[in-house]
Amino acid sequence: MVDVTSASVPPVLAPPVLAVEGLHKSFGSNEVLKGIDLKVAAGERIAILGSSGSGKSTLLRCINFMETPSAGRIALDGTSIGVEGRGGAITARSGELRRLRTRVGMIFQQFNLFPHMTVLENVMEGPVTVKGMNRKEARATAQDYLKRVGLSDKAEQYPQRLSGGQQQRVAIARALAMEPEILLFDEPTSSLDPELVGEVLDVILGLSKEGRTMLLVTHELGFAYHFATRVLFLHEGRIHEQGTPDEVLKNPREERTQAFLRRFSAFHF
Amino acid sequence: MQYVWDFRPVWLNFGVLLEGLVNTLKLSGFSIGLGLAIGLVLAMGRLAPSRIVSIPATAIIEFYRNTPPLVHFFWYFYGLPILTGISLTPFAAAAAALSVQSGAFFAEVFRGGIISVDRGQWEAGRAIGMSHVQLMRRIILPQAFRRMIPPLMERSFELVKTTSLAATLTYGELVYKAMVLATQTYRPMEIYSTVAVMFFTVLFVASLGMRAVEHRLARRAAR
Repeated sequence: MVDVTSASVPPVLAPPVLAVEGLHKSFGSNEVLKGIDLKVAAGERIAILGSSGSGKSTLLRCINFMETPSAGRIALDGTSIGVEGRGGAITARSGELRRLRTRVGMIFQQFNLFPHMTVLENVMEGPVTVKGMNRKEARATAQDYLKRVGLSDKAEQYPQRLSGGQQQRVAIARALAMEPEILLFDEPTSSLDPELVGEVLDVILGLSKEGRTMLLVTHELGFAYHFATRVLFLHEGRIHEQGTPDEVLKNPREERTQAFLRRFSAFHF
Repeated sequence: MQYVWDFRPVWLNFGVLLEGLVNTLKLSGFSIGLGLAIGLVLAMGRLAPSRIVSIPATAIIEFYRNTPPLVHFFWYFYGLPILTGISLTPFAAAAAALSVQSGAFFAEVFRGGIISVDRGQWEAGRAIGMSHVQLMRRIILPQAFRRMIPPLMERSFELVKTTSLAATLTYGELVYKAMVLATQTYRPMEIYSTVAVMFFTVLFVASLGMRAVEHRLARRAAR
């Protein structure tokens, strides 16, 4: 077990499933990530906090190459993705990226369900089209995952008939159906009405009990506290502070972190 | 000055005009079908991640969109035999000119529909590991297709009217038949007016039909 009382960074016992080294990302002249180093062990649950513009979503999106890193290295199980090209940017073959993405699932703020497919078809799509699974088997797995997120009864509906919370749960089932080793959540509750946030967080918390490796960008501090094994606080494109939820959320050392948390505590009753 | 309308020559030769109409529709149907296929290929080419593919596709599209169709007709009919020794029948030359030219326009309609699909849809497809082709076929094109129907119809109607240029290649479509009849009967006013009514009737009925199809698709989309 990781000793959570003394170390500010939990020692990584197993070889990291995900390693990020010297990650930089610029959009034009705007440098969003200024050198991120991060090792993630299997089963770790990492909550990434930070004010808007701190680079937390960009970090997540660089991990599965939704954004191409401007410099640095991303490695899964010790194997680097792509090669360093001109100017430091990583160039990866599209086949390599497709394999990476079947291993690293992503859940988006806007759900992004496929509107022309039923809920069940949404969940089946990856296994059938990308993994070449036969439809019968894919249907059975999809039904399993829908059950897991509590939406078996919505299988034949079209997404636009569902509430935002239900849509996000379908999106989680869709990502799970690919059986990824790592799940990335990009502000999964930020576009939900407050009364729908709980059902999505419950599903995510349920997954955390299965020992999955997850990285989650969120503004829900209370949830981050219960969900995470490690909390990262990003500021201006760097990891400003990290540690256990107790360390970072209850006793932050850095002034920036304290200021950030104070802004949120105003809403706690 | 009082013009006396006399439609008798029109009625007496109506069979000839109908034959022309059938030829017009044959040329239109063939060119629309081939044009859509060419358009899809050109649109995919223009949107391809690789520049080796996208630049030639863009060049073809822009070239055909910005040159007069009559010139294309002449190239295929008169130019091709001179340059390559291949001579096409008036129908083949007209169909080739029309399909490639309207393919360029169709390509822009396809491209517009494709890029109008929300960025999140592209990302969601990529995030589950889809290739570019899978993403297009499974996610983007099915959603883009509905939005493309009205502009594709518009373009197809334009094409039906443009078939009249095939008259210059002596292809026996409606306008060519009308020209022949006009010189035989000295009744161009009546004949060309009838031709206009015939075009109008066909296109108007077709547009009513398409509107019904659109309506049904919209209802299905609202499920």
